[in-house]
Amino acid sequence: MAGSAEYTGVDFYDIDSLLSEEERAVRDTVRQWVSDALIPVIGTAYDEGRFPKQLIPGMAELGLFGANLPEEYGCAGLNNVAYGLIMQELERGDSGIRSFASVQGALVMYPIFAFGSDEQKQHWLPKLASGEEIGCFGLTEPDFGSNPAGMITTARETSDGWVLNGTKMWITNGSQATVAIVWAKTGDIDDAKGIRGFIVPTNTPGFTGKDQKGKLSLRASDTSELHLQDVHLPKDAILPKSAGIKSPLMCLTQARYGIAWGGVGAAMACYDEARRYAMNRVMFGRPIAATQLQQERLAEMLTEITKGQLLALQLGRLKDQGKATPSRVSLAKRNNVNMACEIAREARRLLGANGILVEYHSMRHLANLESVYTYEGTHDMHSLILGQEITGIAAY
Amino acid sequence: MKIAVCIRRVPDTTAKIVIAAAGTAIDPAGVKFVPNPYDEFALEAAIALKEQAGDGETVAVAFGPDSVQETLRTALAMGIDRAVHLQGEPSADGLANARVLVSHLKDGGYDLVLFGKLAVDDYGQQTGAMVAELLERPCATAIAELEVQGGTVKVMREIEGGTEGATCALPAVLTCDKGLNNPRLPSLKGIMAAKKKPLDVTPASVEGAQATVVSLALPPERPAGRIVGEGAAAVPALLEALTSEAKVL
Amino acid sequence: MANVLAILEQRDGALRKGAPELLAAARQLAEAAGGAVDAIVFAAGEVAGLDGLGAAGADRVRTVTGDAFAQYNPDGIVATVATIAGEYRAIVTSATATGKDLAPRIAARIGAPCGMDVTQVEIAGDAVRVTRPVYAGKAIQVLDLAGTPVIAVRPSAYAATSAGKAGAVEALAPASFTQRLTVTGVAEPEGEAVDVAEARVVISGGRGLGDPKHFALLEELAAAFGGEAAVGASRAVVDAGWIGHGHQVGQTGKTVAPELYFAVGISGAIQHLAGMRTAKTIVAINRDKDAPIFKVADYGIVGDLFEVVPALTEAVRKAKG
Repeated sequence: MAGSAEYTGVDFYDIDSLLSEEERAVRDTVRQWVSDALIPVIGTAYDEGRFPKQLIPGMAELGLFGANLPEEYGCAGLNNVAYGLIMQELERGDSGIRSFASVQGALVMYPIFAFGSDEQKQHWLPKLASGEEIGCFGLTEPDFGSNPAGMITTARETSDGWVLNGTKMWITNGSQATVAIVWAKTGDIDDAKGIRGFIVPTNTPGFTGKDQKGKLSLRASDTSELHLQDVHLPKDAILPKSAGIKSPLMCLTQARYGIAWGGVGAAMACYDEARRYAMNRVMFGRPIAATQLQQERLAEMLTEITKGQLLALQLGRLKDQGKATPSRVSLAKRNNVNMACEIAREARRLLGANGILVEYHSMRHLANLESVYTYEGTHDMHSLILGQEITGIAAY
Repeated sequence: MKIAVCIRRVPDTTAKIVIAAAGTAIDPAGVKFVPNPYDEFALEAAIALKEQAGDGETVAVAFGPDSVQETLRTALAMGIDRAVHLQGEPSADGLANARVLVSHLKDGGYDLVLFGKLAVDDYGQQTGAMVAELLERPCATAIAELEVQGGTVKVMREIEGGTEGATCALPAVLTCDKGLNNPRLPSLKGIMAAKKKPLDVTPASVEGAQATVVSLALPPERPAGRIVGEGAAAVPALLEALTSEAKVL
Repeated sequence: MANVLAILEQRDGALRKGAPELLAAARQLAEAAGGAVDAIVFAAGEVAGLDGLGAAGADRVRTVTGDAFAQYNPDGIVATVATIAGEYRAIVTSATATGKDLAPRIAARIGAPCGMDVTQVEIAGDAVRVTRPVYAGKAIQVLDLAGTPVIAVRPSAYAATSAGKAGAVEALAPASFTQRLTVTGVAEPEGEAVDVAEARVVISGGRGLGDPKHFALLEELAAAFGGEAAVGASRAVVDAGWIGHGHQVGQTGKTVAPELYFAVGISGAIQHLAGMRTAKTIVAINRDKDAPIFKVADYGIVGDLFEVVPALTEAVRKAKG
């Protein structure tokens, strides 16, 4: 409806010229897949409140899972800018689909890659890359969201392995995952340094995942609650190199990096829809694009998108140089998601009554982005991270 | 089986066409260029034939300026084994361009040479058939079905009011139409692998072109039409207009 | 060397339509060059309707007969035409699937340039000048072709004329040739009598139909036109698998130029407009009065196609009596 078949992106500042040929090719291939495979089904999936599972094989075939991890594990070995562009394009389609890829890549494959043993890497990464295994990431708990270090899930060492107990909440892919990365305290309940990661096949007795119902956002994504009751795991289920709360936070920094790009994608989708609609929608005998109010809206959108693109790109270059510090990632996630929320809302308003229909995209993005604003470090928490960076004083 | 696929780089079909000042070509500024959509059917056919056979070699060939290397790399990313860039400026004469392609193809040992049925820029629709003539090989154009078994090619093409079946022996030249297959997207691994595949550059130039572009212009705008009415109630007014104004009934 | 050769198509002993239009184009070119028009027909045996070709503009009709021409036989045609090409200023074919298959083969064989999908052909000094749509009709190219060019002329570009020429039929012996491609047969599906590329009236449907089964509405309207109408479709619905790609009108489908074109439930994406903008008269039926299709339509009806199309079918049926 919104002409997505003709979607050609937004590039007012010739940012394409700052990308390599491979980076552009990666972007274009994902963009094409989103137009061909995702856009035609997303409205219905969203309406029906289900994740469009049928897309998983296509995503795996393209190599969208863990695309910035090395080729030896069946991954594409892309640089971080190309990886970011993938997230941008997926979120142009839907934040829920981008979330799926983020979780699989940054929150499941990355911790296995970063903290796992060679055996764990060889065993799990190729299967996760090919979509044969679907992962989820269990960190957040009902009473510990912004403060994950306070978690009360425990892992007790026994003679032959580990026993896990606890509850995790807001877990993307939780109900359909075949494997979960679960973070639990191995020592004293007040000791955040004892937090370790575990690879938990979801068919292990005592593990249950059930979907959280009644979501008005990210409706094309499964969000679940995980219960672990006396879940017995072998000794080698632990991620040997995980060490304290900083390990899951490193994963979150990976995911947040992708989200900073994703926000740009969602904003581009809304701007593109708004611009086309404004040109075609005639009111009082002329297109609404001829009115100053709508032109101001569009000008604001284009400006903010362009800024967000430059921010994401430079962050990506820094990441490739090993200089994307967590607070730098915070700044981009905070800015770009907030920017996308504003643009989605303004686009929806520009679309008038049509804007509330699922056949247009802006309201879906708007509703999704409220979750994106809140997860992976709320907007407010990123303000506080930056505040601490500036002043040296933690205010949380 | 060794298969060559001759490809072109063309403006995206959604691109708005602006004529350059000289009035004989488009202004490429701001235009996104893509592999010719019909060539994607040829590329897919070549890759699928090789996969089916389990061995062989696929080669993408393009005649054009350096920018065609990006298109060749897209072909490599899709799964083509290697690329040949015949570096030069094509002319408006399809036959002269075909001779340049033939200079490479004739000694290449190709069992099959594939083209798109047409390129969506100049709509020349001739290079494939001309290459076949120059190579003195069997040719079928605009094929929508293809079967290669042993040394025999079986094709189907759409013609007015029906379909036409044909057979020929290898080596052959075929041009591919929509409907032949669903071209794959280059995978991300494919894109990375493409960088490492060989892309050979050979300078080439057109000789004896017999066609020259006199002008290129935008088509005349259609005069503004009118809304004859709303709903089924407007049907009589439409019939009247078609009968007495447009005189097409 | 001022004469023009027009290659006419036949199937099963009947001339394909488009022959008079091609002869009209050949006539105009021959007269500008100060020459005559030869038609040539390849067939297995008798071809009906040759006696009318003089009236349509042929000074002479050359027939090449033999079993080899029971089916379309490009290798045989190219070999024979090549032996007589030297007699001509230009060679024209119809811009049909067959004509467009043939033209470049002949051009390559005789070392001449080739112009495809030509809408206008004239003499310009030493050259033959052709006008043709490029970029799917988004631009118009004028080309000068040297030598004895082979030109595929769009059937819709020229109207048949009455020239009152002799049209004397003369047999020509086929040249020997190597059979490289063998056409095994033609399948003509029943009920699909008219191809969108050939129809006088094209009725195209898009996403607004809502469901593939609603193409039946358009087929009924086509039937009301009595065998001169064909059903077309936008890329969106072809890609969605609602109807075969043979029906697709637009940049990656067929380019059509019928006398009357109906766009039903089609918003008017740029690729679609490219394929139908040269239609003589365009009618758009769409519930969205702001749909871009109304910008190119001569006549528009804003409304629910499920009401408008049946009413229109009824009205056409009555008008056609």
